[in-house]
Amino acid sequence: MPVEVLIKTVFILIVVVAALAPVITWIERKQSAVMQDRIGANRADVGGITLLGLLHPFADVVKLLSKEDVVPEGANRIMHLVAPVIAAVPAVVAYAVIPFGGVYDFGGEPLSLVVANPDWGLLYIFAIGAIATYGTVIAGWSSNNNWSLLGGMRASAQMISYEVTMGLSVVGIFMVFGTLQLQDMAQAQDTTFRVFGFLEYLGLHLPPWLGRFPFVLPAWGIFLQPLSFILFLTTIMAENKRPPFDMPEGESEIIAGYHLEYSGMRFGLFFMSEFIEVVVIAGLVATLFLGGWTIPWISQEAFIGAVAPIFGVGFATGLCLVVHFASFMVKVIVMIWLQMALRWTLPRFRYDQVMDLCWKIILPLSIANIFVTGAVMLLVRGQP
Amino acid sequence: MTFPAFLFYTFAALAVLSAVAMLMNVRNTVAAAMSLVITMVALAGIYVLLEAHLVAAIQIMVYAGAIVVLFLFVVMLLNLRSDDFAPPRQRLVKLVGALLGVFVMSELLRAFGGLPEFRPPPEGFGGYRQVGIALYTDYVLLVEVSSLLLTAAIVGALILAKRKID
Repeated sequence: MPVEVLIKTVFILIVVVAALAPVITWIERKQSAVMQDRIGANRADVGGITLLGLLHPFADVVKLLSKEDVVPEGANRIMHLVAPVIAAVPAVVAYAVIPFGGVYDFGGEPLSLVVANPDWGLLYIFAIGAIATYGTVIAGWSSNNNWSLLGGMRASAQMISYEVTMGLSVVGIFMVFGTLQLQDMAQAQDTTFRVFGFLEYLGLHLPPWLGRFPFVLPAWGIFLQPLSFILFLTTIMAENKRPPFDMPEGESEIIAGYHLEYSGMRFGLFFMSEFIEVVVIAGLVATLFLGGWTIPWISQEAFIGAVAPIFGVGFATGLCLVVHFASFMVKVIVMIWLQMALRWTLPRFRYDQVMDLCWKIILPLSIANIFVTGAVMLLVRGQP
Repeated sequence: MTFPAFLFYTFAALAVLSAVAMLMNVRNTVAAAMSLVITMVALAGIYVLLEAHLVAAIQIMVYAGAIVVLFLFVVMLLNLRSDDFAPPRQRLVKLVGALLGVFVMSELLRAFGGLPEFRPPPEGFGGYRQVGIALYTDYVLLVEVSSLLLTAAIVGALILAKRKID
């Protein structure tokens, strides 16, 4: 059992986090270049080979590692050194509860492709995210710089505000799937539902012109809880404090905010933790709202049932595992692309706009969503 | 020593040491707050060992994640430095603290004798289902009363904040 967990941990760290995070820095540069009609990173080369600028992440790492590690005068040395680590560790460990594949029966103990599946699943990610706040706040405070301090203060207020709404915005998802465990949520989405099926529960009949279309959708969170999807994506992007929510950095107002006094690889840790969080957000949103590893319209039994008569059950299960993982990665990459596109489309909000959005728009909408979800569930299922 | 026991003693030592560190750093408020965070996280670790998973998650989310961040926010807002504090009134504080410590210690030692026999918890104990069912059936009145209290607190805070603006 520990060996299995170790293999899964190493797999997720290498394939999902360590491979994607540096590539994302390249994607961000290239995508922003395309969106702004520029060429983008293309200069780093080894013997004339540039690989479309893919060597830039390696050049960045070499540069960051070889720069001087400065601790400013009058700073609190220990906290200044520890802050980047507090910021980076939660981003890396959050992937432990995100499933990258389903549960497969190869004979013997079923293989579940998630590192850990505790019964408090999603709460684990929220708790880990709460700890990440300290990295930013302590970095801002310990640098002995007023701009940094302002950045740290903005970060603390922004992140606790959005933590509240982030939790409330996904309560509807908890109610629909009846669990907090992400693997169970993904499995609950491995099915379909008829869009107008609820009319029959109410004793109504479909109008004939509607009845001709099947309107069968995968039972994904985004279709069952569309409002929750928008609210959760907004709040979790604000929690990651990337533009348009990058108040703690705000170059034009407070220079670079909380990481102003950091240099070399310690700055690199803040930088990387932001990009790793982009991957975590993509995985989390894909699991909660886009069905995780499931293939739309084709459930796991249907897939294995279709392939098994030709190639045998063992091969069918293995193929299913590979296709499910590919499906998960496609969704993750789509969500990463969406975050990048939003980041380069929207300008930075003003600080009061960010707070108004959180407390005056998202919070009431999340609470309304919970009530409406409860009422609909009561009507459709007849009992809570 | 079994692995859970090893974890328990690690978390317990961490909790006690960071609580002491908090008292030692009483004039450096940010360091004190960070020590408090370590105490909270260590306690959450002990809750996990006790199978109280929901309490552990809430411990980190609410205490470490929200309340102490608010402490830090206020500290930063006032931008307190260690020389802003006058040396505390040592005598009385120390005396009261020592008396309280002796009292807690004697109570703990007394309680050690009467510990009940260990029974493994029932299935699903401490999970969100059990806690939720208990809260909304047996303790529903207390939940409603505390929600009323919180609403009153929010309204009160709004009135205080509004008065300043007007």
